[in-house]
Amino acid sequence: MKTQGKVTGIISNLVVVEVDGPVAQNEICYINLAGTKLMAEVIKVIGKLAYVQVFESTRGLRVGTPVEFQGHMLEVTLGPGLLSKNYDGLQHDLAKMKGIFLQRGDYTDALDFDSEWDFTPLVEPGTQVIAADWLGEVPENWVKHKIMVPFTFTDKYTVKSIVPAGKYKVSDTIAVLVDTKGEEFKVTMYQKWPVKKAIIAYKEKPRPSKILETGVRVIDTLNPIAEGGTGFIPGPFGCGKTVLQHALAKQANADMIIMAACGERANEVVEIFAEFPHLDDPRTGRKLMERTTIICNTSNMPVAAREASVYTAMTIGEYYRSMGLKVLLLADSTSRWAQALREMSNRLEELPGPDAFPMDLSAVIANFYARAGFVHLNNGSNGSVTFIGTVSPAGGNLKEPVTESTKKAARCFYALSQQRADSKRYPAIDPMDSYSKYLEYPEIQEFLNKNISENWVELVMKVKNTIQQGREASEQINILGDDGVPLDYHDRYWKAEIIDFVILQQDAFDVIDCNTPLARQRYMLEKVMQICNTNFHFDGFEQCSSYYKRMINTLKQMNYSEFQSEEFYNYEKELDTILNERRVQ
Amino acid sequence: METKVFQRIYTQLTGITKATVSLRAQGVANEELAMVHGRLAQVVKIMGDIITLQVFSGTEGIPTNAEVVFFGEPPMLKVGDDLAGRFFDAYGHPMFGDSEIEGEPREIGGPSVNPLRRKQPSELIATGIAGIDLNNTLVTGQKIPFFADPDQPFNQVMAMVALRAQADKIILGGMGLSNDDFLFFKNVFENAGALDRIISFVNTTEQPPVERLLVPDMALTAAEYFAVEKKEKVLVLLTDMTLYADALSIVSNRMDQIPSKDSMPGSLYSDLAKIYEKAVQFPDGGSITIIAVTTLSGGDITHAIPDNTGYITEGQLFLRTDSDTGKVIVDPFRSLSRLKQLVIGKKTREDHPQVMNAAVRLYADAASAKTKLENGFDLTEYDERALKFAHDYSEKLLAIDINIEVDAMLNTAWQLLAKYFSKTEVAIKSELVEKYWPAN
Repeated sequence: MKTQGKVTGIISNLVVVEVDGPVAQNEICYINLAGTKLMAEVIKVIGKLAYVQVFESTRGLRVGTPVEFQGHMLEVTLGPGLLSKNYDGLQHDLAKMKGIFLQRGDYTDALDFDSEWDFTPLVEPGTQVIAADWLGEVPENWVKHKIMVPFTFTDKYTVKSIVPAGKYKVSDTIAVLVDTKGEEFKVTMYQKWPVKKAIIAYKEKPRPSKILETGVRVIDTLNPIAEGGTGFIPGPFGCGKTVLQHALAKQANADMIIMAACGERANEVVEIFAEFPHLDDPRTGRKLMERTTIICNTSNMPVAAREASVYTAMTIGEYYRSMGLKVLLLADSTSRWAQALREMSNRLEELPGPDAFPMDLSAVIANFYARAGFVHLNNGSNGSVTFIGTVSPAGGNLKEPVTESTKKAARCFYALSQQRADSKRYPAIDPMDSYSKYLEYPEIQEFLNKNISENWVELVMKVKNTIQQGREASEQINILGDDGVPLDYHDRYWKAEIIDFVILQQDAFDVIDCNTPLARQRYMLEKVMQICNTNFHFDGFEQCSSYYKRMINTLKQMNYSEFQSEEFYNYEKELDTILNERRVQ
Repeated sequence: METKVFQRIYTQLTGITKATVSLRAQGVANEELAMVHGRLAQVVKIMGDIITLQVFSGTEGIPTNAEVVFFGEPPMLKVGDDLAGRFFDAYGHPMFGDSEIEGEPREIGGPSVNPLRRKQPSELIATGIAGIDLNNTLVTGQKIPFFADPDQPFNQVMAMVALRAQADKIILGGMGLSNDDFLFFKNVFENAGALDRIISFVNTTEQPPVERLLVPDMALTAAEYFAVEKKEKVLVLLTDMTLYADALSIVSNRMDQIPSKDSMPGSLYSDLAKIYEKAVQFPDGGSITIIAVTTLSGGDITHAIPDNTGYITEGQLFLRTDSDTGKVIVDPFRSLSRLKQLVIGKKTREDHPQVMNAAVRLYADAASAKTKLENGFDLTEYDERALKFAHDYSEKLLAIDINIEVDAMLNTAWQLLAKYFSKTEVAIKSELVEKYWPAN
């Protein structure tokens, strides 16, 4: 018997419901507004009154409207068919909704219950299994989608029967399991899981030991992110956060990309809808959309669902991780999620923390980031969820609560600088303010030195040092004037500029320059550092700047050319000629 | 509004604040309208049988025995072809004693478009202003505000853009518009002979501030009618969104909500997004483009209003007076059109993106040369050239009084580049340089 209730109060999307039975915190209920069911979640209970946040507009709602509680928390449906889908924050399939406008209560199925999948069993009757063990697989785009023992199964089970290879619908029973008490359970190809709980059906979560290649030089070379790592990108508006995220989504070396558009612009999501089905994945040659799932809760969609959307995305990521896949989860922007928390906390009249955010903001953020990670599965395979969130700090001030809380939780920090964006130095990631804690991990250092080149980490440190020296020289020049400093300062400044123009800056809209594989990154970095280690002779600082500008121009042309093509080598020859003009032997 | 049979009438208020009244009533729906003492009000909170109403024109002089009549429906606008060429107040009633319009009533502030049913914007809006078309190209379905100090001619620029933009309908949403500015818009539109494609919803400074909250929703409901049903290209002008946000903060303050940054309500982002996200390109040709004005105080974009706006809109156009040339320019550093990538080099000439970037970069070099000069350092020969370039660039391209075609802008840019710099200093892809570098 489900608990029933009646609406007794309405303040925007916070509704007070008087209930006739037990309710749980975070339990889902439906408000029956003249036949239209509005989904809501319990966020506070006082006596007989449940305070629920409604995932829809509450216009027209009246006192006395009946409410039915569902006895479970907000869940997602997990099964084959999640890839290439576009969902709203509550995992309703946007493609199945009717009409141009989003109508309240138009809740569509997450999976296609009518389509059939080619199932191949992976276990025999009699096999001992536990939660998340693979029972079989179906091809989903190019992924071998594993059908697993539901994560909610806490006992040890024996496979009593499993269907032979063939075509099945997601709701068909594919196996029967028996628990230690002898009770039988039917398993279908889909399962449900509450989004706010982490899926922990794996053996262990070791420290990350590999990097995730993104093709973005300033990330891979200077501050790499680990596979299963966490990072965040804070920056004022107009600094290229979204362009950078899209670049990561297009190029990152992952099996699956989940993009959570959380309270951001609809046209940005439309860009993904429009482009991804046509763009090729450089690794598999298939379309990018085939490895992408989009969770879309744009800024004009209901606030409460915005909060749910990041959890929905993470749960889907964890599900695919359990199949032994490399998942990259991108959330743009986590500040909007925090603001959704703030709006609710405000309506609940909770005592506010800093900037009116709820007091537990920091804990909520840390908890969420902790769900990412590289894991060893029970069967010996590995899977990972790498998470990169953007933060939109109010006024570009990095001392605000969301940025500070995230800084404590994330291991990589990619600071976008207004100054760099103003001078169109994109991506505007500040090379010195940003950091990757992974670069300090011995495991990661070993990986880099083994996979890119010996002494790679040392070289990267030298690069950072050169940038730092250039910056100091530039400050001195600004204070003392061009004439007021030794020529050497100009030389140092321009060496850092070469790194800036050739390595740090990257044209996200150029077909070739947008994506730089690691081998090419290594080649160009070594080339540039060779120049930085060369002494040149100059008669004056003007000669120095025009000489370096020529070099930068040629190196940039190299960046725009196909790697190791004839054109590329021609520019390289041109560069050598320039180098020989002023090289001090 | 005329009286209806089922209306419920109450005469006992239990509380009055500067913007709200409360009373005991039964069966009232959230967000429905009511008439309190002859003034329009809307339900904003229901707690048991206590109803709180926000009175749009303020509560001055409302007695506790005021008559309260509930209408049983949220705010509506009658939509129809009749709207065109007319001026309305914030409630959607015709101004100047005009007759009410015929049309179908629509709820204002309706649902948002399914993102999957949108089309990617791809049609350029030419304004003739190089600071916009060259550096910050606008696209149909975009939403973009002017960030400007109150003394800058943003309304003039906006009117200019609106008239040149070749939209099927131009809808003006004026919030806290001074009467002078209102008459300015009216005159400009009349003189341009464009009145038949203009619809205005206006709240002037003479009217109560809370009324403003209705203006954007009214304007956008009309816009949706023309864009969805008539498949027209609609341009919505919203001025001034800062005054709209101020009205939001007044209401939230009266409702005892905890203010967040700069005394703004915690929901400011969502409130603004609901308006701006109505900008859309539909697959069948209809579109809503929003150009807004957000006035700044002393150029401060870190204030909560411009800051939240910047995160919602697809860029911003920054007006500033250039001290070098004395002209109002569209600042190339702080302005941005996020959707320009969809059209530049595609709908415009191939060299557009690179020329734009090179010119802005060199303009930045001039800015640092200027800093040097101000700090009393000697300039290099390169600095001198950069400064001269900046002067010409600002005068011939950035100034808002320029009105030329995009190709002409590109040609002018190439000429300026070639006049002051060498090919390597410009650092543009060599194939483009070969093709477009002026011969002389």
